[in-house]
Parts: sequence; structure tokens; C-alpha cells
Amino acid sequence: MQEIFNIFIKSIFIDNMIFAYFLGMCSYLAVSKTVKTSVGLGAAVIFVLGITVPVDYMLNEYILKAGALAWLDASFADVDLSFLSFIMFIAIIASMVQLVEMIVEKFSPSLYSSLGIFLPLIAVNCAILGGSLFMQEREYQSLAQATSFGIGSGVGWFLAIVGIAAIREKIRYSDVPAPLRGLGITFIITGLMGIAFMSFLGIKL
Amino acid sequence: MKALRKLLDKQKPHFEKGGRFEKFHTAFDSVETLLFVPDKVTFSGSHIRDSIDMKRTMIVVFISLIPALLFGMWNIGNQHFLSLGQVPELWTAFFYGFLKMLPIIIVSYAVGLGIEIVFAQIKGHEVNEGFFVSGLLIPMIVPPETPLWQVAIAVAFAVVFGKEVFGGTGMNIVNPALTARAFLFFAYPADMSGDKVWIADKLDAYSGATPLGNALVGNFDQIPSTYDMFMGFIPGSNGETSVLMILIGAAILLATGIGNWRIMLSVVVGGIVMGLLFNWWGANQYMELPFYNHLIMGGFAFGAVFMATDPVTATQTKNGMYIYGFLIGAIAILIRVFNPAYPEGVMLSILLMNVFAPLIDHYVIESNIKKRLKRIKVLVSN
Repeated sequence: MQEIFNIFIKSIFIDNMIFAYFLGMCSYLAVSKTVKTSVGLGAAVIFVLGITVPVDYMLNEYILKAGALAWLDASFADVDLSFLSFIMFIAIIASMVQLVEMIVEKFSPSLYSSLGIFLPLIAVNCAILGGSLFMQEREYQSLAQATSFGIGSGVGWFLAIVGIAAIREKIRYSDVPAPLRGLGITFIITGLMGIAFMSFLGIKL
Repeated sequence: MKALRKLLDKQKPHFEKGGRFEKFHTAFDSVETLLFVPDKVTFSGSHIRDSIDMKRTMIVVFISLIPALLFGMWNIGNQHFLSLGQVPELWTAFFYGFLKMLPIIIVSYAVGLGIEIVFAQIKGHEVNEGFFVSGLLIPMIVPPETPLWQVAIAVAFAVVFGKEVFGGTGMNIVNPALTARAFLFFAYPADMSGDKVWIADKLDAYSGATPLGNALVGNFDQIPSTYDMFMGFIPGSNGETSVLMILIGAAILLATGIGNWRIMLSVVVGGIVMGLLFNWWGANQYMELPFYNHLIMGGFAFGAVFMATDPVTATQTKNGMYIYGFLIGAIAILIRVFNPAYPEGVMLSILLMNVFAPLIDHYVIESNIKKRLKRIKVLVSN
């Protein structure tokens, strides 16, 4: 239990997807213009990460890992399908994103239209694939751990995008030098936020 | 003084419209307003005027920093001589610290104001007093032995990326002084971290760890008495050691209404609550450290009074200030106790909350809007 909680906190603050690994930057930069839409996208990312990471964990544990197929038949014990993990993970992610898209379109058409292309693009969001690959690399011990890692990473990403969206709303009337307006200043803010998030770096849980 | 005025008056026509150096009038302006009260008056329309303007605000903050600064100078000298095993006279110690601090202060102001003037020149606005306080805060929070070129780079980074790219004073999202400190901390960890950097020119055999450094490595018996930490007879950065002097500064800020009591109060409450929580938990020796010691160790008081209350980077809404301050206090203690990488957490927790301040404001405003809409609905339905 303690371990699960630690993984959750760690993936939000210490191994934050944005500020520690700079993953999922494209939609983070593009959709963070207003708090409202970024809350929507952040929630979608939490949902997708929260489902895909445990599903991919099962996939990895019972099909892809070296010797994972042994539960089928003892003769499969030396089969290693891990070279398939990229394509399998992506397939799972794409189908989950499809699901999210349908849900959002049904329940919140306004959010659907404001997210536009970035909702289906979650499928190729590096943070999502990164979540699954980190899960594989760090060898989490149980499904619960993988789930808490997935949801935690999503919450970390959510915090990052909502935080920067509020800042971007605030600096809308600032006298930013012309060449830096838009993306330039967003990158600088992201860097400053990254410095602030370094406060958690080094905490051992 | 008169000669100076005469000199400025003589040069002034060159910088006015049509003069030879018209382009550089912002630079001239900044020098002039720094030295004299500007004689500008408005010509048309009526204006509501308050006696408080940015210049006066900054000067009040500056004055409130002076006690801590002077005490810090003495303390640097005192700690230095103590580390050599001598007990110095008051003035010897003060003079030693003064000589240590002066170059850092000069570099900080020269680099910061230089960049501000260049930016003002390019953008064609006037140089304002925004850097006046930051320029003094930076020397007060860096180790006294920091190489001057590092100070210069940190100040340049803080002023350019922390402030000018956002459009200058009043637009920044993170506190420039803290940005400079964090930059130094992460860019030159070899010179900055370790906890032995706080005493100037000490003997190698003498451990100059601050109370926080001792607490982090578990030397709880070497933590000075509460009285010493309150008065500030401990190693540490120039501004942070003496809680008494900081309280004098806080009194000036509160009496003039420039510092915000909501933020100061809630930072302290956040620290106390977190400290009590750890006392109650008590899983290790650090957690058992009495909560009131946390408030007087390290930069907690300094951060709460001078850094967290920065009106630009803090939250703007009243309810937001309580949340903002509370989280600063709580996270600062959390980082101290939990994070073995950093002995001090105040700087980073303030930076972190600076980043989230707009978000807190956003939701406070949203909830206010909702509350009022509900009120209208009730009125209408009646």
C-alpha cells in the first residue's frame, strides 16, 4: 500500500512527465491557451494514461515479456515478443483515445470542438506512450502499482498544463517582446516552471 | 549635491527632443530619477493621486531590509573570526562583513540596472525602480564567498529571463531574486551546495554547517539554541540569520501597509501546521524537531516576510493569498524534512507557488463568479 502511494506521489511531482522528462510537449504547448480547455485535455490524458498503462502492463506481463507466454504452454517459455511492444502499446493507446473521443463528443460537445485535432492526437502524445514504456522499463511489480503510476503521471501532466494555462492567461496583456510572443515565451515559462519543480528532485520515496 | 544638479541640468537639453542624444533619454532619465525627485507634472485632465508610487514602495521595502542587511554584515565577520578561534570587536567584524558584501552588492546593481537600461532603451520606455529591491535581495541570499562572475551571470539570467522577457517590472511570474538564487544553486552546485559555504575564509578544519545542514545530516546536538537562532548568531546567508531583524523589517512593511499580512500570516501558519504534523508523526529525529525551531531556522522568516509577499508574483485575490501562503509554509517544511538533496526548502517552495499563483487566482475568481451568479438566481426566483 505504502509503495503504491509512493509511486503515485513520485509520478506527480518528482518524475513529472513535463518538467522532468519533457514528454507530451506538443499538445501541452498548443492547447494551453485557456484554463478551461486545458482542464479538459488534462482530464482526457489522466483517463487515457489511467487505462492504457494497466492494460499495457497486463499485455507486457502475459504476452510480450521474455517467457511471459509460459502460462499457455511450457514450450513457449523461451519466446520473447518484446520487440512487438511498441506496436502493441500504440494499438492499445489508439483504441483508448478513440473511446475518449466518443465520450467527450457525447457529453461535452463544446470541449470537443475546442480541443479540435488535439484530442485524437493524444494517440501520438509522447507522454502516453512514454507512460507505457516507463512502466515496462521500471518493471512495476503489480497491476495496482502500474495503475497508480499511470494515474499519477496523468495528474502530473494535468497540473503542468493547467498551471501554464493560468500563467498564459495572466500574461496575455504583458508587454512581451514581439519575437517571443506565443510559443517563445511559453518555452521560457516552461523552463522557469521546470526550475520550480526541481524542488522535488532528489526526494527519496 | 548642488553641483550634481547643475551638471544634470546642463546635460539635460542634449537628451530632450531635438537634442544630440535624444535616443538615450531613457538612460539619462533613470540616472536623474535615481538621484533626484523628478519634477514632472501632469498637464491635462484630473488625476487621482496617491502619495504612494512605485518609487516610494520600493524605498520602504529597501529600508525594511536595512536592519537585516547590517546585522548580516556583522554576522559574516563575526562567524569568520569565530571560525579562526578569535573573538572580534564589533566594528572589526562589521567592517570585514561589509567588505565581503560590498562587491556583491555593486555587481548585482551594476549588472541588473545595466540590463534594465538596455531593455528600456530598446523598448523606448522609462527605466523604473523594479530592480531596486531585487538588486539588494540577491546579495542577501547568496553565500558571501560567491565568485562575482557567478553573481553577475545569475543576475543577468534573472533579470532577462525572469523579468524582461515578460515585459519588465510588474509582469514577471517568478520572483527575480529567487530566480537568481535558484539559477546559482542549480548551475554551480559545486560552489553553492554543501553546507559549508556560508562562512567566509574559514579554516578547513572548522565545520561551518548551518543549523539546517546539521539537521539534515543528523547532528541534532549541534543545532544552536533557540535564542541564538532567533537573534541570528549562526552561520547562514547575509539576510536570513537574524529573525529579530527580519521582524523589525516586517513591522515596517506592515505598518506602512506595503507587505501583505495575509501572506505572512498564512506562511507562518502553514509552517506551524506542517511542523506540528511532523512532530505528531515523529518517524525520525528530524520530524521530532520542535515546530517553532523550523520557523527561525534558515530562510523561513526571510522568505515569509520579503519573498512571499512580493506583490507581483503572489496571488492577487484575498482568499488566494491564504491558500498561497499556507502552501508555501507547508511545502517549505516538507522539502526540508523529506528531501535529502536540499537542506533548505523555502526558496524552492516560494518559486513553486509563484508558478501556481495564477492558477489559484483563476479558481478563486471562478468560485466568486459562481457564488454571485447563485445569489442573482436566488434573487430572480424570488
